[in-house]
Amino acid sequence: MHLPAERNESLTKKNFPPTHFAYLKESVLSPRLSISGFATTARLLFTACIVILSTLVPALAEQPEPSPKPDIYRLTDIFQPQSRPAELIMEPTYLVLLICFGIFAVVVAVLVYVLIKFRPRGPQDHLEEPPQVYGSYNIEMAWTVIPCLIVFVLVLVSSRSIVEIQDQPMPEDAIKIRLIGHQWWWEVQYPDLGITTANEIHVPVSSKNGPPRPTHLFLESADVIHSFWVPQLAGKTDLVPNRLNHTWVEPYKTGVFVGNCAEYCGTQHANMLLRVIVQTPEDFEKWAVNQKQLPTEPQDALAIQGKKDFYALSCVNCHKIDASPAEGVFGPDLTKFAVRQTLGAGVALNTPENLHDWLLSPDSLKPGCYMPDMKLSPQQLSSLVAYLQTLK
Amino acid sequence: MNSATTENPADWKLPSARKFGILTLILAESALFTIFVVAYLFYMGKSLNGPYPSEVLEFPLLGTLALFSSSGTIFMAERCLLAGNKPGFSLWWGITTALGIYFLYFTGAEWHHLIFEKNLLISTNTFGTTFYSLVGLHAFHVIVGVLLLLGILISSLRGRLHSDHTEHVEAISYYWHFVDCIWIVVLTVVYFLSVRVQP
Amino acid sequence: MAQEIIIEENYRMPAPVHVGDEKGSLTRVIQQLVFTVDHKKLGLMYIAAGLLFFVIAGLLAGLIRMQLAFPNNHFLPPDVYNQSFTMHGTTMIFLVGMPMAFGFANYLVPLMIGARDMAFPRLNAFGFWVFFFSGLLLYFSYVGAPGLYAAGSAPDVGWFAYSPLTTKAFSRGHSTDYWTLSLLLGGIGSVATALNILVTVFCMRCPGMTLGRLPIFVWCMVVLSFLVILALPCLSACQIMISLDRYLGAKFFDTQAGGDAVLWQHFFWIFGHPEVYILIMPAFAITSEVIPVFSRKPIFGYPVMVAAVVAIAFISLGVWAHHMFCVGMVSLANAFFVTSTLLVSIPTGIKIFNWLATMYGGKLRFELPLIFCIAFLFQFLIAGLTGVMLAVAPFDWQLSDSYFVVAHFHYILIGGLLFTIFAGIYYWYPKAFGKLPNHKLGLWHFWLFAIGFHITFLPQHFLGFLGMPRRIYTYQSDRGWDEMNLLSTIGVAIQSAGILFFVYNLIYSYFWGKKSGDDPWDAWTLEWATTSPPPEYNFAKLPLVKSRRPLWDAKHPEDPDWKHE
Repeated sequence: MHLPAERNESLTKKNFPPTHFAYLKESVLSPRLSISGFATTARLLFTACIVILSTLVPALAEQPEPSPKPDIYRLTDIFQPQSRPAELIMEPTYLVLLICFGIFAVVVAVLVYVLIKFRPRGPQDHLEEPPQVYGSYNIEMAWTVIPCLIVFVLVLVSSRSIVEIQDQPMPEDAIKIRLIGHQWWWEVQYPDLGITTANEIHVPVSSKNGPPRPTHLFLESADVIHSFWVPQLAGKTDLVPNRLNHTWVEPYKTGVFVGNCAEYCGTQHANMLLRVIVQTPEDFEKWAVNQKQLPTEPQDALAIQGKKDFYALSCVNCHKIDASPAEGVFGPDLTKFAVRQTLGAGVALNTPENLHDWLLSPDSLKPGCYMPDMKLSPQQLSSLVAYLQTLK
Repeated sequence: MNSATTENPADWKLPSARKFGILTLILAESALFTIFVVAYLFYMGKSLNGPYPSEVLEFPLLGTLALFSSSGTIFMAERCLLAGNKPGFSLWWGITTALGIYFLYFTGAEWHHLIFEKNLLISTNTFGTTFYSLVGLHAFHVIVGVLLLLGILISSLRGRLHSDHTEHVEAISYYWHFVDCIWIVVLTVVYFLSVRVQP
Repeated sequence: MAQEIIIEENYRMPAPVHVGDEKGSLTRVIQQLVFTVDHKKLGLMYIAAGLLFFVIAGLLAGLIRMQLAFPNNHFLPPDVYNQSFTMHGTTMIFLVGMPMAFGFANYLVPLMIGARDMAFPRLNAFGFWVFFFSGLLLYFSYVGAPGLYAAGSAPDVGWFAYSPLTTKAFSRGHSTDYWTLSLLLGGIGSVATALNILVTVFCMRCPGMTLGRLPIFVWCMVVLSFLVILALPCLSACQIMISLDRYLGAKFFDTQAGGDAVLWQHFFWIFGHPEVYILIMPAFAITSEVIPVFSRKPIFGYPVMVAAVVAIAFISLGVWAHHMFCVGMVSLANAFFVTSTLLVSIPTGIKIFNWLATMYGGKLRFELPLIFCIAFLFQFLIAGLTGVMLAVAPFDWQLSDSYFVVAHFHYILIGGLLFTIFAGIYYWYPKAFGKLPNHKLGLWHFWLFAIGFHITFLPQHFLGFLGMPRRIYTYQSDRGWDEMNLLSTIGVAIQSAGILFFVYNLIYSYFWGKKSGDDPWDAWTLEWATTSPPPEYNFAKLPLVKSRRPLWDAKHPEDPDWKHE
């Protein structure tokens, strides 16, 4: 994975991905999904609205160039699903959008017509009252029955879709992940593979033509309620303490998909980001094999010093490194720390500079987080950074 | 609706504000109790540790008898008041108050037993939590009821109760019957159902 | 004209009460405010207190939007941001929305049903002061939680305070206690006032004012009060449970000791969803009065309109778990709550169509109240349709807890409720003060506020589509959310300018507005039968009502309404 040298990729101007408007415009021109004509109309209607909006605001019309890194999907646009459950959600979605836009158009047309037709006409107009109409049984019956029919259709469609997504059977060979929410990071366990990592979920890509390779997630929480949401892969499912929840993804595209915790969980709810890294089955296999191996032994002096410091300081109370005295479980498992892309659940990229700042003062990168400021000396800082970089 | 033209304002009758008000209050209180009853039912048999209901709860026979019979005595008191029999009213009303106080004493003794001999506190387990909150909420309503009863009893004994006050008395009796009805629910849920659920 | 509908009845004028100093002194004014049991004064006090809290909560919203205007912004630290949205939500719902509704109900219900006061005037004053002090208690958390120079401060658990975030383990200090106790107190006041409104309507109507002739405003307030009576005690129960958990170590929501976090959500939303309809009722109430008067026609399909409100209230008791599609309920439960939620759209749709039908064939008069109500129709339509989208559970799995939801309920609460509250204030301002609100200032207020409103909240729908979760205090600039967040913040500035015009209009018209006369809008309900402002006893002689529009009958004796009803 290419890692830019900047402290935080969000600050890199040249890496600006296209803004949402460009994305949505693009989706009008080249709809990627094969969906019914019904739904396409809804989609066109909807995107047309956004295009109109964007042209109304000229400042927004100037688009930066598309990102040179198309493999990171940070635009979490729910209308660009890249996984089966997210695609299944789109079916009732386009139907309800179509119906709602239809109703909207009709009612607004009537409203405008009424406002123009019955507007005041001249100063003498108010002298006489209009004919007094008290109601009409037939008309009211009509606008009761028609909504009933619409509701009936929507109930059937959404019920079918609920069952299809929620009660999806799990194949025997599906990858199973235990995802545990913490304030404010994600613990990721692969019980069958014996892997524990954090804040990044690696899953194999599936294909629409070949045999499906879904990944099933079992969601738990160690403290308060969190919610798993990677918009392009699946809808939300909460991680509730004392309760086991379940969801699944089946991505069709390799790349990195960004998600957020979607249930307010305290001070750092905003910086509880999640990355789903979709890989080819071969890459996934390689990653899994590597994860199970012990980290490489540090070679240079600084890193060796760092290892000593790590065990001497209280890092070991909260962090775990396989086959070592570090057995803490309060914080993320660090066995393969250097493989991960980000720090502090997505608050910064995992670069030596950022790691240095993070160890120096976790609170200034992520105010309120539970990692303490250990008042490390500059020597300790550089040795720890060197050591942590070796955990591959 | 042409009858409107012939309506006579003298025939215009509306319900009594006090009675309607107390019924509305009872509706609100029912909603409050519903939540606590649902919480009790939800946590029934889910306590992680003892003591469990079947181990510590005994059927509150005397308290129940006192509370149920007080509904009868308050009805007698009302009849006396309507018939203009003031001493009879004071007597029945006084018995009602005494039964209410006895119920409170009984509940207090039960709680003393549970707390000091069975070591069941509100913080012990979800059974303790839901038990004390539900029974306590009911007991709190009995306390309010007893205070109201005492107020009427005192003014009645001092001869200050007039025929204008029938509505006040009726409103309080509605409230007292409501407290009684809630006890039926609490009894069913706590002392019949939950003691039969095995942990 | 007004004489014809009035009948003889003996009424003893109350003897003047001598309290405090001579007329006009400050102590006397304060005494009159504190001691008053007059429903009109209490109504105005409710509205004034609601406006005060509205301005405070609006400032909090300004802080929130300033923090979100730019990515990686450091304007507010995270905990201050979290406190701001918690206080903003709690204030807007419990200290602005409900008091406003109670204010209008207090002022207007006795006048509209031809009564001289509420059924229990002292309970009425009690309700107001309990509400007011609950508001003060909530805001005292900024200093007393302990705030200012110590750790802690205002509550930061969100207005629906999902457990176990509220337990001692995750919310140390006393900020959550302030939230809990304030809402417990406020709940008592709300139930007292709602009870009072119900008893007033059922037991204090003037002769001839049958239930079938109540103005729709009064019907909506009856339904609102029923919902308050049924829903608020559930909230009180929730608050009692949190307090027991926090003070006595009870285990209701202690997930480490067998407590259930989802149970809180069920209990909270059993209150919380009817609460949403409690908040929208005043909008229905005011619109149903304003549209007929300014279209010069009776409300179209009165029985259906009343039935629709009752049906909405009834269904609203069974839709609570549509806030919880993501907590992992079984698919059958999800499907049930999809169904019940979509059912609400039927009576709601009927209401919109009937309002349109009321305007159809009328002679519209574009006065301020009607302008605000037309904007309400448009915005409520959008809010209703986004509500339908949210009701479809699969779509909700994507939209729930995103900015789409934020946009949706602000379209309801601002685009729906607040616009009609402005309409109501402009409509009944002459009634309360005898002066017409200034039309030009009102138009400035309307256009600035409406444009600012749409600029603020329309982009938030798209932010939701782009995966922006709600309640985040910051975001990185590579998510594609930057421009729309900035736009949204700019909208807030425009809305604020509109509010300045509104406040200025209220003051300006009070001192320099045109005298309105008793019945400036040529309206038909009973409150316009008495003087403006009404005397303390409302009606010297109680009216006799024969139809739904008693003043129409009086003004058009050749073709009175009761011949048609």
